[in-house]
Amino acid sequence: MGKIKVTDREGKLHELEADVGSTIMEIIRDAGLDIEAACGGCCACATCHVYVTNDKINTLDPIDDDEESMLDQAFHVNNNSRLSCQIEYKENLENIELTLAPE
Amino acid sequence: MTHKTDVVIIGSGPVGLFAVFELGLLNLKAHLIDNLDRVGGQCAELYPEKPIYDIPAYPKITGQELTDKLISQIKPFEPTFHLNQQADSIEKIDDGWKIVTSEGTTINARCIVIAAGAGSFVPRKPPIDTIAEFEGTSVFYAIRNKELFKNKKILIVGGGDSALDWTNDLATIADVTLMHRRKEFRAAPDSVNKMLNLEKEGKIKFLHGQLKSLSGKNKMIKEVKYSHEEKEYSIEVDYLLPFFGLKMELGPIANWGINLNENLIKVDTEKFETSEPSIFAIGDINTYPGKLKLILSGFHESALMAQKCFAYCYPDKKNVFRYTTSSKDLHKKLGL
Repeated sequence: MGKIKVTDREGKLHELEADVGSTIMEIIRDAGLDIEAACGGCCACATCHVYVTNDKINTLDPIDDDEESMLDQAFHVNNNSRLSCQIEYKENLENIELTLAPE
Repeated sequence: MTHKTDVVIIGSGPVGLFAVFELGLLNLKAHLIDNLDRVGGQCAELYPEKPIYDIPAYPKITGQELTDKLISQIKPFEPTFHLNQQADSIEKIDDGWKIVTSEGTTINARCIVIAAGAGSFVPRKPPIDTIAEFEGTSVFYAIRNKELFKNKKILIVGGGDSALDWTNDLATIADVTLMHRRKEFRAAPDSVNKMLNLEKEGKIKFLHGQLKSLSGKNKMIKEVKYSHEEKEYSIEVDYLLPFFGLKMELGPIANWGINLNENLIKVDTEKFETSEPSIFAIGDINTYPGKLKLILSGFHESALMAQKCFAYCYPDKKNVFRYTTSSKDLHKKLGL
């Protein structure tokens, strides 16, 4: 069991327990934080938009076409924007820092 | 005019469509209401081209193919569709329910089946505080009257089919600028090429950017501020057409007095009936211990729901369970 750090929309930092194999979206959602994830994680909406705020962004698999296309439907998209349902938690992502994008 | 039927199904996604079949086998007629302009729900709207791998007997089927096959499967039962409208209100009447839609369609039915998935699809609106004051006058999420834009300065935002199609279409009558956060588009390649050619010929402008703020007066926009790579710019426009796809909202169902659990409708697992007798909920919108949001779960739920609908519609008749493989009666219903 690892840990990820998530800052919610009020600016509050949460340390969440992370299971290898879960997606970041699932970890955030199951912890009860306010993430919509309307499509349930099949990369068909853009409501699990997060910013990756530490250097773990370089550890992530590069963004694929599907995810990049869905980000077109999000707002406030930055260079560190990702859809959290497309990131599977692995041991090398321990202590990844994320911020929930505005709604 | 008031329609009359046995069951009103709210939502025409895969589960709502299959419910027509299960109800039809029991001689129950259905009307379906959907907020979109076509049937298929999320399958047709969110992932028409994406393959689904967990539909029994189909190793691989796309959202659109599944929808098309369901439509063909339920054809013998002649369902009536009321599209482009939302089920707004329900009222208890003597022999069931009266349902009124946002377009004023009125349907009287013995039972209601809510198969509304994650809710109804509504346009995703840019999160700009002042946008509401311009909606319907200077900001449009759908286009009904092109003439309005003749010789005007139009800003279209987005990178999907709607954004590109309207850019190409309005280029002939208006001064069109397309804005998108990158110069790659998820729209159909044909439309993208057409747009790029129009840009080359100087018939439209393309801007890199994301919307920041709007200002204007008398419900008309004058200036749009946008940003690109942390710099801010502005552009004068008459009309703004943001196309950021659709999102799902539970909508009026939340006010119908049915027991909810965080936007999901609580049902039993025998009949998939809600806290309100003769209102059922099937598919992604319901919740019960062990619920899995799978299309196949919704199919199962619709079969059990139909049994109970039969009891409501024909309280004096006994329902004899039959198989489609062997029952002559069912074959007749299927038009064989």
